[in-house]
Amino acid sequence: MSLTLLTYLVVGSTFAVYIGIAIATRASSTKDFYVADGGVHPIANGMATAADWMSAASFISMAGLIALSYNGYGGSVFLMGWTGGYVLLALLIAPYLRKYGKYTVPDFIGERYYSDTARVVAVICLVLCSVTYVIGQMKGVGVAFSRFLETDYETGLGIGMFIVFFYAVLGGMKGITYTQIAQYCVLITAYTIPAIFISLQLTGNPLPQLGLGSTLTGTDVYLLDKLDLILLDLGFQEYTTTLRGSTLNMVAFTASLMIGTAGLPHVIIRFFTVPSVAAARRSAGWALVFIAVLYTTAPALAAMARLNIVDTMQQSDGQALFIEDKPEWFENWEQTGLLKVEDLNGDGRIEYTSDPKTNELTKLDNDILVLANPEIANLPNWVIALVAAGGLAAALSTAAGLLLAISSAISHDLLKSTYMPSISDKAELRASRIAMAVAVLGAGYLGLNPPGFAAGTVALAFGLAASSLFPALLMGIFARRVNREGAVAGMLAGISVTLLYVFQHKGIMFIPDTGFLGAMSPNWFFGIEPNAFGVVGALVNFTVAFFVSRLTSPPPSSVDELLDYLHDPCDVAS
Amino acid sequence: MADQQNTKIKRAQFYARVRSLMFRLLIVWFVVSFGFGILLVEPLNEIRLGGYKLGFWFAQQGSIFVFIALIFYFAAAMTRFEREYREEAEQ
Repeated sequence: MSLTLLTYLVVGSTFAVYIGIAIATRASSTKDFYVADGGVHPIANGMATAADWMSAASFISMAGLIALSYNGYGGSVFLMGWTGGYVLLALLIAPYLRKYGKYTVPDFIGERYYSDTARVVAVICLVLCSVTYVIGQMKGVGVAFSRFLETDYETGLGIGMFIVFFYAVLGGMKGITYTQIAQYCVLITAYTIPAIFISLQLTGNPLPQLGLGSTLTGTDVYLLDKLDLILLDLGFQEYTTTLRGSTLNMVAFTASLMIGTAGLPHVIIRFFTVPSVAAARRSAGWALVFIAVLYTTAPALAAMARLNIVDTMQQSDGQALFIEDKPEWFENWEQTGLLKVEDLNGDGRIEYTSDPKTNELTKLDNDILVLANPEIANLPNWVIALVAAGGLAAALSTAAGLLLAISSAISHDLLKSTYMPSISDKAELRASRIAMAVAVLGAGYLGLNPPGFAAGTVALAFGLAASSLFPALLMGIFARRVNREGAVAGMLAGISVTLLYVFQHKGIMFIPDTGFLGAMSPNWFFGIEPNAFGVVGALVNFTVAFFVSRLTSPPPSSVDELLDYLHDPCDVAS
Repeated sequence: MADQQNTKIKRAQFYARVRSLMFRLLIVWFVVSFGFGILLVEPLNEIRLGGYKLGFWFAQQGSIFVFIALIFYFAAAMTRFEREYREEAEQ
């Protein structure tokens, strides 16, 4: 059977399952729609959270980022940052917001800071960071469809938009939860199978997590030592020790991703669906277990694939690979433009070095690593088709969760709670479905224009969540003295500082050459790169909020009562 | 009146327990990731864990396993604290 036909078959049948589940579990009330009636088992919710959380970036791009752009050790910022945030979420945020018992993050901020202004500012922050995040998913869907179904990128994006819209709108939170569980199963199978095969081939150990620390088959050389040695030989830096920027930059990067994770609304609202506060805590643990299956496999996949690639590039006599000897997967991926080879010195060999002047492997895109892995390891076609289905599952599940967060913020927080309190349940549901449609179209448009936007979205989404929502939530739960004025000023200050730093580096809305203050050296703030700046924005937010709160009148007694209730150990049932 | 006073003290004790639990767990969280994974990575890399340098292992594997353990420990401890508080309150 041809690869294209097989891909249609596997992707088609997974989609039939998702849509079937969405129809079977469709929402009938607003509570169903927003929080799945609050009756989801903690383990089921953990699995859904994992699918919600692991996006196209985690599935397709992360291993490649670690292996290639961040040269091994530097990529640890993603691994620690995107998992460590769950500790903050489980200890400091999720149980208290579950106890609060309402549907959305702006709900809490609006009531805790007794202010419609605070609620509206929270909605703006939420929509900004969720929409930028959706765009990244749309791009992932577009790339995956276009590559495996051999359509162009725009068509792929269009198909993706239609499918996301269809089941997110229909199912609401209840449908999304059960669809996400199915999607988790698809994506984790698709990710681990190639990794297990490659680990077996290289080290004889089926567990990639152990294989990474093992010796290569038939030798007593450790895999990581071999990789360090070869890379040094080719003029690269050591895989296991090379920093990303500086130590300070790595600390800031990791911290930004951690607090960004704990402040992302589409993750937080997942914890509103479990039956109790205790279940919310356990559910965060289960979510991290399911996430860790992929996140501890990724670094093994990264190192092993990098080793496979450099090994391919070097003949056994230590000379570079002859062009006519290049393997078939090379040619397949050259056609997509993600891999390019140029014989610069005309000796008929492909020399892979760190020096751009002599390097003849002129393009090696990060995304290839996971997508081409089955081919590199000579795995059968059905594994390749499965990887395509996995990438799509990752992108679609995250996009659906984000759309739900956006639509509930608009229909529930803006309309019901702020501007149209008399709106009926039915009209509220309709409004949230319309908001989803608008968000899908908006995200689809921004997935195409401006062209550089999709690539910069991760920095922006995490930076915004870290600098605006996380501090507001944390202070809202633990700092009684922080008042309305402090919270609003803090959120606005944090978000502005972060946006300014990112856009100053990368251009306004990522349009090149619109960067202002152009004369400043890159990463001028203590060598911290824009992707790592969220933590600085958060510190600004905390500082401004404390300062402004001191200068203005303390919050009313209703806030004291709310906090007493949130921290009350008695009332654990609801 | 005495009852109310009593509840207040009990509750203050409960909060103190929760705060100290959170504080200790967050220290571990910080030490395994920022500490072992980044700030102390060089000295730890002198130690080997099979083919892994220890600092590298913490940064790419170990910290994640510790995070999971921390969350489940926290969930279990909080459930215990809350049960003990309720039992005392009933007496």
